[in-house]
Amino acid sequence: MAEQTISSNLPNNKPKKKRFNWRKLKINWQLYLLLAPGLIYFLLFKYYPMYGLQIAFKDFRAVDGILGSEWIGFDHFIRFFNSYYFWDLIKNTLGINLYALALFPISIVVALALNELRDGKFKKTAQTITYAPHFISVVVFVGMIIAFLNPVTGIINNFIQWIGFEPISFMTEPGWFKSIFVWSNEWQNLGWGAIIYLAALAGVDPQLHEAAKVDGASRLQRIWHINLPSILPTIIILLILNMGNMMSIGFEKILLMQNELNLESSQVIQTYVYEAGLLHGQYSYSTAVGLFNSIINFGILIFFNRLARRTGTSLW
Amino acid sequence: MAIKQAKSDKIFDICNKILVWFFIVVISYPLVYIISASISDPQYVNSGEMWLFPKGLTFEGFERVFQSSEIWLGYRNTIFYTLLGTFINLAVTLPMAYALSRSDLVGRKFIMLALVFTMFFEGGLIPTYLLVRDLGMINTVWAMVLPSAAAMWNIIVTMTFFKVSIPKGLEEAAEIDGASQIRTFFQIVIPLSAPIIAVMALFYGVGHWNQYFGALIYLQDRELYPLQLFLREILVQQQLTTELMQQSGSAEALSEHARIADIIKYAVMIVSAAPLLIVYPFLQRFFIKGVMIGSLKE
Repeated sequence: MAEQTISSNLPNNKPKKKRFNWRKLKINWQLYLLLAPGLIYFLLFKYYPMYGLQIAFKDFRAVDGILGSEWIGFDHFIRFFNSYYFWDLIKNTLGINLYALALFPISIVVALALNELRDGKFKKTAQTITYAPHFISVVVFVGMIIAFLNPVTGIINNFIQWIGFEPISFMTEPGWFKSIFVWSNEWQNLGWGAIIYLAALAGVDPQLHEAAKVDGASRLQRIWHINLPSILPTIIILLILNMGNMMSIGFEKILLMQNELNLESSQVIQTYVYEAGLLHGQYSYSTAVGLFNSIINFGILIFFNRLARRTGTSLW
Repeated sequence: MAIKQAKSDKIFDICNKILVWFFIVVISYPLVYIISASISDPQYVNSGEMWLFPKGLTFEGFERVFQSSEIWLGYRNTIFYTLLGTFINLAVTLPMAYALSRSDLVGRKFIMLALVFTMFFEGGLIPTYLLVRDLGMINTVWAMVLPSAAAMWNIIVTMTFFKVSIPKGLEEAAEIDGASQIRTFFQIVIPLSAPIIAVMALFYGVGHWNQYFGALIYLQDRELYPLQLFLREILVQQQLTTELMQQSGSAEALSEHARIADIIKYAVMIVSAAPLLIVYPFLQRFFIKGVMIGSLKE
């Protein structure tokens, strides 16, 4: 059904019944040869796992294989919906992602500010520095977070004590988890996220600015009335894309930041899938949980794309 | 009027510069801090006396890191996975993107739709894991490079580059002269595509260098561990155990253990992140180009 939704909205999807062009296909067999390694990859590593999703409705046993295992319907889903942690997982997953979404404008501000710099050299240096954290691996980054926030030896707590407060055990305090995760993400990606807006800003017609200048518009007014509207389509597209990843963002980092003490606010659907599936071997059940996550994700994407189409900008 | 405007513009410029400086300071401080901490006596680092410039200069951390055979092993494995993985990425991405960039590819629309669909819906962790297991790739090099052999986003970026930057006339001329499509691809298109090949090699390469999760689920043999998995033990897991030791331990061995853990912690961060952070400013324009081509499509 989801696929239909996409295809029915693509432009010129239904040309007048065209006969399949076998001649062209024959002439172009070499193109298919070039395409082949990639197609095999996508069929094997992307589509075959979708076929494997059926174990969510089965009682998967390795000896019986995917096909041979017994169908049990929606049992795994019902078990998941009725589990005591279900609402915690939903709350954490949505909470972290909505929180991250709320910081979405920061990269836009960075791009607008960098774009206004007149000194080319300073601009380039500022860009180099702000992009740099993007290249730090998630393991090293989480290592940095843990080191900085250490209640005894971390620089943050040293500072907190220096100004006369009690140290905070950030990593083991569930209440802090979401803020640490989201703000550290912002630190790592605010510059990188700005690149795409800067690209869009580079395309703004300078004549618009000239005209506005003649009319007496200030810099701030021009940013607001010229720059911001011209990058609006980019903003909308990125928002939709982010929505499409709503439930899956940052899972590798969350996994590293987890510990037994902060679990009540750090366990999200995907880390739960990892734990139940790979650590405890409940393949069928965790596949069902993962499938639930994917479906919600896809639903959110379609919903917001619909919404965005009203503004004239959308993915399809 | 004009003067008033110039004045308000000047104020704006100053405020804007302050804002940019704020971002620069916020972003660079932690980076400067770990560099300083890696060559300072942990005693000053832990007490907060060292907060910007190195204090109690020592290179013990780096010495210990470089003496560790596991770090070297991890480094060697990571370099190998990065080279092999990136090579496979390019071997899959470039031909595929080229074929998809040709409007005379029959069924192009359908294939694109099927490929883009995988960006938004996937089998997920467990079915993919079971597939890799059934293929017998667990605990092999292949698990590190084949499940991530291509990324759809990168294929779209490369395809856009081929569409925009390779003159159609050149391909047509080559094919009228009797060159096959495969020959056209290798002899006409590839030589003109150095920028996108660099961009893709960098994007994929950074991904391989920094990745840990694939290794975590697919590898058990320590001999195969990439650097990131050893770092995870040192930075993420050890961290908690030494922390616990500090709270409960009184034995001298424990405090020595903690001291060593502290001293290598920052050095190990530098050793892992430095290669990319040093190389990246020189390649910055390629990275930016990659993101910009990506935005063209929209």
